[in-house]
Amino acid sequence: MKPSRFDYERPADLATVIRLLQREDINVKIVAGSQSLGPMLNMRLVQPDLLVDITGIAALKRVEVDADALVIGACVTHADIEDMRVPDVTGGAMAKVARGIAYRAVRSRGTVGGSLAHADPSADWISCLAALGAQVLIAGPDGRREMPVGDFMTGVFESALGPAEVLEAVRVPRLSGRARWGFHKLCRKTGELAQAIGVVLHDPERAVCRLVIGATEARPIVVGDAHSLFGNGRQLDVEAAHKLLVDAGHADALDNQLHIAALKRAAASAEQP
Amino acid sequence: MSSQGVGARVLRKEDDRFLRGRGQFVADIRLAGMHDVAFVRSPLAHARITAIVVPDALQDRVWTVDHLAAVQPIRSVSGLPGFRVSEQPILAQGKVRHVGETVAMCVAPTRAQAEDIAAAVRLDLEELPTVHDMLLGRSDTTARVHEAWPDNVYLETSVNVDIGLVSDAPIKVTREIRTARQAMAPMEGRGVVAHWDGRLEQLVVYTSSQMPHIVRTGLAECLGLDEGQVRVVVPDVGGGFGYKGILLTEEVAVSWLAMRLGHPVRWIEDRREHLTAGANCREHHYVLTGYATRDGRLLGIDCEATVDSGAYSSYPFSACLEAAQVASILPGPYDFPAYRCLTHSVATNKCPILPYRGVARTGVCFALELVLDDLAHAAGIEPHELRMKSLVRPEQMPFDNITKKHFDSGDYPEALRQAVEAIDYRAIRERQARPEPDGRLIGVGISIYCEQAAHGTSVYAGWGIPMVPGYEQATARLTPDGGLELRIGAHSHGQSLETTLPQVANEILGIDVAKIKLVHGDTSCTPYSTGTWGSRCMVMSGGAVARACRTLATRLATIGAWILKTDADKVSVRDGMVIGPTGSVPIERIAHIWFRRPQDLPADVNPGGLEVTEGYKPERDSGTFGYGVHAALVAVDPETGYIEILDYVIVEDGGKLVNPMVVDGQIYGGTAQGIGTALYEEMAFDGSGQPLASTFSDYLLPGPTEVPEPRMFHMETKSPYTEFGVKGIGESGAIPPPAAIGNAVNDALRPLGAALYVTPITPRRVLQALAAVAQAGKVRESAPPATGSVQ
Repeated sequence: MKPSRFDYERPADLATVIRLLQREDINVKIVAGSQSLGPMLNMRLVQPDLLVDITGIAALKRVEVDADALVIGACVTHADIEDMRVPDVTGGAMAKVARGIAYRAVRSRGTVGGSLAHADPSADWISCLAALGAQVLIAGPDGRREMPVGDFMTGVFESALGPAEVLEAVRVPRLSGRARWGFHKLCRKTGELAQAIGVVLHDPERAVCRLVIGATEARPIVVGDAHSLFGNGRQLDVEAAHKLLVDAGHADALDNQLHIAALKRAAASAEQP
Repeated sequence: MSSQGVGARVLRKEDDRFLRGRGQFVADIRLAGMHDVAFVRSPLAHARITAIVVPDALQDRVWTVDHLAAVQPIRSVSGLPGFRVSEQPILAQGKVRHVGETVAMCVAPTRAQAEDIAAAVRLDLEELPTVHDMLLGRSDTTARVHEAWPDNVYLETSVNVDIGLVSDAPIKVTREIRTARQAMAPMEGRGVVAHWDGRLEQLVVYTSSQMPHIVRTGLAECLGLDEGQVRVVVPDVGGGFGYKGILLTEEVAVSWLAMRLGHPVRWIEDRREHLTAGANCREHHYVLTGYATRDGRLLGIDCEATVDSGAYSSYPFSACLEAAQVASILPGPYDFPAYRCLTHSVATNKCPILPYRGVARTGVCFALELVLDDLAHAAGIEPHELRMKSLVRPEQMPFDNITKKHFDSGDYPEALRQAVEAIDYRAIRERQARPEPDGRLIGVGISIYCEQAAHGTSVYAGWGIPMVPGYEQATARLTPDGGLELRIGAHSHGQSLETTLPQVANEILGIDVAKIKLVHGDTSCTPYSTGTWGSRCMVMSGGAVARACRTLATRLATIGAWILKTDADKVSVRDGMVIGPTGSVPIERIAHIWFRRPQDLPADVNPGGLEVTEGYKPERDSGTFGYGVHAALVAVDPETGYIEILDYVIVEDGGKLVNPMVVDGQIYGGTAQGIGTALYEEMAFDGSGQPLASTFSDYLLPGPTEVPEPRMFHMETKSPYTEFGVKGIGESGAIPPPAAIGNAVNDALRPLGAALYVTPITPRRVLQALAAVAQAGKVRESAPPATGSVQ
């Protein structure tokens, strides 16, 4: 379990990263915290010719906050959020999610941007940030663009990033003071990737009611306007939620049972005043 | 008892280096000019090798079976009648028989480069039908692991004691029970460094092993060397558990390569190799019937057990140790009149089975104790009430059970009483009468075991495997400054022998434990031993150290008495001194005189001096029987199938405890592994024999948050046969957790009509069991009620 031979660069600016990514003669891979890529390199599941380490780019560690949103650079770590070194605009929701990611050693190195770009459906941020209505900011040879996190992941280990694009930052909208949030994940043991994730956000002041069914065997199911699933007071319509899973092609009844359980529990904790 | 002697809670001496990261493991060893080996391993479970294609540029870096013509395969033959012999080639020959089998050896200055070479070697394989399931393999002989055999069975055994007597028993429960195949997953994998010492004309092999002397014998046999030409050194070992109680093909291959190349080579197992090529334990299948009287007294057990023994018979324990033990230990701590057990050791296209901590005991405890709970339910009594009626009673001790196991001592019913009280059965039953606020179901489960340990010559001679333990020896020798060295042939890798054997010596000589050093893990300077297995070290090596120290004490007394100008029978040795009627002389001074001022010795002194080797066997070598009761309170979430252990009680009797703190540590560690067996660990295989986990994200081990802090209670019933009355306890913690937790889960699910008889009890399996009940309920609603007995 040793990686095959690769070259390594650690540029100081994003332009160099994009230029390296544009090389067509070699296979280039970006690395940040290396918590997923590292093991994959060791197991030779990926064998890049060149590894571009983006943790030397100061701009990717930036944190900006204003009245509407928080912008965090791609290389901000889970531990930065867990330890509240990053300002909070989510009523503590993000810190709580961060605290439940893998193990502390992983959280100290693993990055938000890396987690999203890796696009593992079982990971926490892809579901959590989709539910929060966050946007990913993407830099590439043709300039910058952004898109909702909920659209970013296109499949298992697949994202909307173009071949020479870099996930630069995430913009998280500020929740209103009366927003209610529920995140529930089921994992077999502490620190393991989730078997099921349910996320519910009610933010009536901003007219937001969003729901995510994550950690499926595909991209998370994101319902941007989930008001209709909470018809009867705040009670989750379980049958409608189940139909979402089935319609998305998830046929395993026991897996679906777990997803519904996680979603119900997230919905229940979002009911707490 | 002195403050450091037998029974004292002395802090572990070895922890100083381990906690500072200063242990030295095989992978820490750096020899000048050392190269790394990576193995080409079989990607298929069963295939004919049509070609091994090595690129021209790499011809001198890759070694296959063709190069190893003079090397003998590993042969581990059992003397049990009917045993079929398999030979395990060092590198695959003609055919591969399990995923991960060593096929070719690639050598390079670094492991990464060696892996590059391995990736460049092409294997042309013609896939053969696989034997991926032991039950299919038993009945279907079209696919055969060893073509020369008529079927896939290493050995069948049967024992029958009056089973006909119980056919009309009023209560009868039959269950089919399975335990998953596991990987032992020590923190340190296997590893070997080998080099040829030209000066001594000796092969020196550093290896991560539990049994240096057995490895030496095996290496000499395979390589055609005199044993004197082989030195095996075992440095610090990061966990054995049975995984390192074996002669490895890799050890033989790398040793051969070191001799061939003339420079040191090493192979360090990585985690993927461990999981895919080393998942080698625990896979059992039972069809077990328990018979009882109407009031719940156990009348008989009838069992057919099958063990998935894998592709080869591993050295030295053979392919049959598990199944052979199943038949002999299944009756557990109970007294009942009728018994039958058939066992099948089945060859499959998986890696060879090895005895894992608890050797067969964990499986049989799970099978028997689950059936006992269902018998109790059928009798309408509590599980502990049923057990109480049939446990061997203290007044029967020592007791020869139905398979002629000789239980040396103990009060089994008292241990059960203590556990029932500690877990508080009554309070749990009251709590169960009301729904839990969180919707979960709670259940309580209990399991009892007794563990034959340190079983010796009389037990192993009958099995006729390559290794039979005899007298265990230890050397005790004073250093010129009055320190003491103890030398043993077993190996300490978590057993804490660097602390506890000095405690034994301290008990006899009174020398400060800090000044007593254990020398172990080197065939060049320790007495022969079959090594560390079978929870034997404290009984055997501890007994031998006690013997050697007593003889040393006699020699010290003779010299001391002469110095004190009194008779030897008027002095005693204690507190590090020879003490006479009118004065005393420290052992340091006697050592100084023997080594540095021999002119001061009496003329008739024993010329053997202050170095003694003694051998030891207990008065009866049929084994000690530690025993205990585990009780678990669990909560099962019927919506998710998730299980939480809410409370865990252990009552343990390990005889005289040399260091109670060390015993607690052993039991905690074993219990954690037992919880892994119960709830997490499983190496699944697909229909072509492919292992389905290659990392720890697929093979789950319990971590600190999954292992509750057990509440532990000790009894200390001495063994009548051993030094100080000690019993072997090293494996005990790993035996009963699956049964206790399984019974607790079934107790929780009983109101819903579901039950599980398989390890690990995963959330998915719980949900499947619940779904099956729901499905059956639907069928019942639409059909007339079924008839039949409760059985």
